[in-house]
Amino acid sequence: MTDAIALLVVVPIVLALAPIAFGRLWNRTGWLAAVVAALAHLGLALVVASQVAATGRFTYAVGDYAPPFGIELVADGVSATLALLVSVVTLAVVIYARRAGPDSNGFYSGLLLLTAGISGVFVTGDLFNLYVFIEITGLATYALVATGRSPDAALSSLKYLLVGTIGASLYLLGVGYLYISTGTLNMADLAATIPEVGYDSPLVLTGFGLIVVGLAVKAALFPLHTWQPDAYADSPDSVTAYISALVSTAAAYALFRIIYAVFTPAFDAAAPFALDALVILAAVSVVVGSVLAVLQSDLKRMLAYSSVAQFGLIVAGFAVANATAVTGGLIHLVGHAIMKAGLFVGVGALAGVAGGRTVDDFAGIADRAPVTSAAFAVLAFALVGVPPAVGFAGKWHIVLGAVEGGRWGVAVVAVVSTLLTLAYFARVVERMYFREAPIDASADADDSTVGDNGATDGTLASDGGSEPSSDDAAGISTEAKVVVVVAAVGAVVLGLFATDLVAVFEPVLEVYFE
Amino acid sequence: MIDLLGTHYNYLVFVALVAIGLYGVTASTNLVKKIIGLNIFQVGIFLFFVTSGYVDGAAPPLVGHGSGPYASPLPHVLILTAIVVGVSLTAVALALIVRIYEAYGTLDEDAIREVQLND
Repeated sequence: MTDAIALLVVVPIVLALAPIAFGRLWNRTGWLAAVVAALAHLGLALVVASQVAATGRFTYAVGDYAPPFGIELVADGVSATLALLVSVVTLAVVIYARRAGPDSNGFYSGLLLLTAGISGVFVTGDLFNLYVFIEITGLATYALVATGRSPDAALSSLKYLLVGTIGASLYLLGVGYLYISTGTLNMADLAATIPEVGYDSPLVLTGFGLIVVGLAVKAALFPLHTWQPDAYADSPDSVTAYISALVSTAAAYALFRIIYAVFTPAFDAAAPFALDALVILAAVSVVVGSVLAVLQSDLKRMLAYSSVAQFGLIVAGFAVANATAVTGGLIHLVGHAIMKAGLFVGVGALAGVAGGRTVDDFAGIADRAPVTSAAFAVLAFALVGVPPAVGFAGKWHIVLGAVEGGRWGVAVVAVVSTLLTLAYFARVVERMYFREAPIDASADADDSTVGDNGATDGTLASDGGSEPSSDDAAGISTEAKVVVVVAAVGAVVLGLFATDLVAVFEPVLEVYFE
Repeated sequence: MIDLLGTHYNYLVFVALVAIGLYGVTASTNLVKKIIGLNIFQVGIFLFFVTSGYVDGAAPPLVGHGSGPYASPLPHVLILTAIVVGVSLTAVALALIVRIYEAYGTLDEDAIREVQLND
């Protein structure tokens, strides 16, 4: 059953061929293949997770070539959790995409390739293999961004391709520096051989710098985020939900592995300025990303800049280099993926009712789509960090770890970012719930009776609110509603079980911080 | 210094290619030239890997082809993979450029921005 870990990558890649091969026979092939792949992925991820729960960390030698010469796949509490996250998000996005589109077989091929690439990033234990999976992830993402109908989507995708490829190439160059100095590419082997070369060796330090900058481009930290808002804003809604949840997450996870599985905390002790620099980069990213988010009127762009800030916070947690802060970073990594995917699906669904996706278009939308609006508001406050949601658990551990490590700057930045997050979400929620819908916007709603409700009288509209099933049917598909509500419930439930998540991550981090 | 130029010229070429490639990506406003710059940048990195596996006067790592020291084949194999990745990236980029040209009628970044502003 250990083959399950390799099948996490193989199954989506093989099924990605199905929509192309059989798409002409039946044009729903893509959707069906994606559902089958997502369910199979979920099953495999559960097998891997149960094995990790039973026996702890285990490794798998690809093709029976023993590491460090062959490629090694590694499953532990962190990678198993993230593999499960991939299954759940894939399933949710595929369900949402059934009605929201893009309705082409090519889209589902790209989606499954992306699933395979991200799963590969989460399970690999080899630096060059990681590069290949990062590039598969990148290629599939460029193709998916370009599935947007407007020509701007192609331009955003090309911009992303240029910046993303330079980032991945810098990562490759950094791997080359490490390979030249140590002669190995296996992560566990590197952790043993880098100290022999010396942490202060110029080759090792340059390699670390190149890898971190390359991955920071992929995770979209300020000032390397320039590709990200355009790519998120011009993609179709289902694509935005998927890539915002998983693509930057994969890069941030890779950064976590590089810092702790390859360089280990001993590197931080020997060359503290390396992680100090990363803390500063991350802190700047948090503040600037949040401020830029406050300035946006387009909701998708606002959420995109919000991701710049949240990933700043996650990387800051990793760079503080103590177990509490890293746990916080990992919790926020998982939580952010669920919350951001839910928020993007929510914006996509509500924009269909509101007739636009700027902050002002959303005025009074809560009366016309009460269930989705409520779930959106819950997700927004979860991301702000209101307990008991998962956003609070992540930020709490990051702040606690920062204080433990004496990094008061990070603690202050985390608190300031919470206030700024509240600033940009509060104005949206305020418009959704406490403003009258503009009359012309109501006429845009698909269901004319609902439109009249919203336009004629506030009380009528709120009466409608007590019967969400009829009222919410305006322009929001059941699939979208289910996905947003499940994301909102998931964010809260995950927050309640945050201590269990900590217990899952603890054995992994104990090894690094022994 | 002259000595270093003579023995390590391959590394100097690597640095030069990477710098030229990055300059091409950032300085040119033509999208196709940007992709060419990106390719030069990647080729520079490929050269770095390939050249690192070379050992002066070494034998190929095959049984029955002389005795050690052997040249390292691993970097070459890695770069074969990286070249495949690079080709795929170029293909995707050119496909995107075809679509952009159909939509805007130009490949010049500044001209595209003007078209976008006029819309």
